[in-house]
Amino acid sequence: MDWFWKFPHMNDDSLRNLKKTIDDGFREFTRAWGGGIEAFFDPLRRLLIFVERLLLNTPWPLVLVVIAAIAWFASRRLSIVIGTVITLLLIGYFDMWEDTMRTVSMILVCTAVAIAVGLPVGIMMARSNKLQSIINPILDVMQTMPSFVYLIPVVMLLGIGRVPGVLAVVIYAIPPMIRLTNLGIRLVDRDVLEAADAFGSSSWQKLRNVQIPLALPTIMAGINQTIMMALAMVVIASMIGVQGLGQPVLRAINNQYFTLGLFNGLAIVGIAIIFDRISQAYGRRLQKHLEAVHG
Amino acid sequence: MAEPATNDIGIEIRNLYKIFGSNPAAVAPLVRQGISKTELRDKHGHVLGLRDINISMPAGGIQVIMGLSGSGKSTLIRHINRLIDPTMGEILVGGEDVVKMDRLSLRQFRRHKTAMVFQKFALLPHRSVLENTVYGLEVQGVPRAKQLESARHWIDRVGLSGFENSYPNQLSGGMQQRVGLARALTNDAPIMLMDEAYSALDPLIRTDMQTVLLDLQKEIRKTIVFITHDLDEALRLGDRIAILRDGEVVQQGTSQDIVLRPADDYIANFVKEVNRGRVVQVDAVMQPVAPGHQPVGEPVRTGSTVDVAMARLAKEPDQVLTVVCEEGRPLGTLTLAAVARAMVSDEH
Ligand SMILES: Nc1ncnc2c1ncn2[C@@H]1O[C@H](COP(=O)(O)OP(=O)(O)OP(=O)(O)O)[C@@H](O)[C@H]1O
Ligand SMILES: [Mg+2]
Repeated sequence: MDWFWKFPHMNDDSLRNLKKTIDDGFREFTRAWGGGIEAFFDPLRRLLIFVERLLLNTPWPLVLVVIAAIAWFASRRLSIVIGTVITLLLIGYFDMWEDTMRTVSMILVCTAVAIAVGLPVGIMMARSNKLQSIINPILDVMQTMPSFVYLIPVVMLLGIGRVPGVLAVVIYAIPPMIRLTNLGIRLVDRDVLEAADAFGSSSWQKLRNVQIPLALPTIMAGINQTIMMALAMVVIASMIGVQGLGQPVLRAINNQYFTLGLFNGLAIVGIAIIFDRISQAYGRRLQKHLEAVHG
Repeated sequence: MAEPATNDIGIEIRNLYKIFGSNPAAVAPLVRQGISKTELRDKHGHVLGLRDINISMPAGGIQVIMGLSGSGKSTLIRHINRLIDPTMGEILVGGEDVVKMDRLSLRQFRRHKTAMVFQKFALLPHRSVLENTVYGLEVQGVPRAKQLESARHWIDRVGLSGFENSYPNQLSGGMQQRVGLARALTNDAPIMLMDEAYSALDPLIRTDMQTVLLDLQKEIRKTIVFITHDLDEALRLGDRIAILRDGEVVQQGTSQDIVLRPADDYIANFVKEVNRGRVVQVDAVMQPVAPGHQPVGEPVRTGSTVDVAMARLAKEPDQVLTVVCEEGRPLGTLTLAAVARAMVSDEH
């Protein structure tokens, strides 16, 4: 009755061998392909450095004005602009400007990558039920797998630095982008689609003129969530060498510097709120024409 | 705007069948043998959409398709631009079989030969009236300046000038459907498909829109297929009317044919409620001219409704009216009794 009390597991040697084989295989793969993969991601690395330099080398008042202008054009709400400016001024005053700019540049690039990849994937998913049934479980895994686990192969392949950081963040943050693009396109009014068909639209014309514009509010909600999730990954990404607000937090954990952690944590919250308010207000503005005047 | 004064694209529907379900081909023989819609659904799990439809719609006329909900009207009209593929049959538009077109020629056909107006308007909510109206031409790739010129013209013709920059949600239902109409007209296609285009509108606005359509049709002379479940609307608009029930045509003909000679009880039931005075023409009730008849008073023209004759006779009940042809030759005579009889249906 021994098997009843103790789960009969694979014998220790086989288990060890299995793990070793997989590890060796992956190491082999890394050795063979690591260089190629690194080269493949090189444009991404250069984009990251470019954005970061741009934000860091521009005098801070200019950056502030540009961000305030973006906030205004996206939301057309003075309260949001003022909130944004005050938050940024406080961050700068507490000497976190540079780290914040690094984090912001990272988030911008990650969001851009997530949109560039997520939008087409979401669109394809909306067109095929089969593809949807394949991609959905993958997204589930991406969202539930602890991020530390997929940091390991990413670091093995690409080492420590910005690019693996972006990959880790994008893997974590892209699912809502894909899901909501898919959902938004599937929810487009069938009558309007039929009208587009009746006028002889090609599938590209239908996508561009009907599906994407009508799905845009939902897609915007996806972008908003993606940004929020990317920010949530900042501290974890700093463990593999991503610079920015995450690193001081990490240092604070290791050395029990309470205030350092708190300040940087609050800075992350601050830019999260800024991103959130601006993107949400923009999303709402896109829907202005939908406000029913006639029932 | 250069309007095609006449149009020679008619629509010929021949032996058209549509069966909805997983394997229409398997049950097609049963349908041909005349299995009932209920039996097909309960025993074989397929829905009968259309059975053996044969309608010939002359170019430049308004063909009304009428029937109750679920009778297959939408299914039928969607076969004409093949938004729905038939199970069997032919749809000849201007002599060309729509069923045989490949994807690209079908798209060209939809762009250039047909335009459609929808019951729920189906406008693009994020586009202004003007941008909605240009849609068909935009899809065709017509230069922008021409798109706008044509769109402005039709927006004006349907009475929406000044609303070019409004969004659909800022307009009432009647105005939205005017946009739908302008969008279809701007496409400048010989065929216009209207699926219950006016069913969502209030009665007054509806009559208004019917007038708009009839006035426009005098000059555009398109081949219009108009769907409705309202007999009054059918009689007012239709040059020809086909009545569907459970996916089959139960009667087709002119409004006179339908009102005066309903093919069965189902149609008689519809017709009962109609204001016959406005539909029945004097030609249907006049007696032959008696030899030696001396016309007195002002005659009525052939094709007038009995309402017109009644109005005349109400003033002078004893008069015998003369019906004359276009050139003024007498065709027949009318008495008050005959006219009165024509205005009530047999039931009363
Ligand atoms: N895609 C489909 N799959 C299965 N059955 C269908 C489908 N489309 C229509 N039907 C059935 O075909 C029949 C005719 O439907 P259709 O929509 O053409 O009716 P209709 O005359 O336009 O009715 P309404 O006045 O309600 O618009 C109905 O019994 C309907 O249930
Ligand atoms: Mg219908």
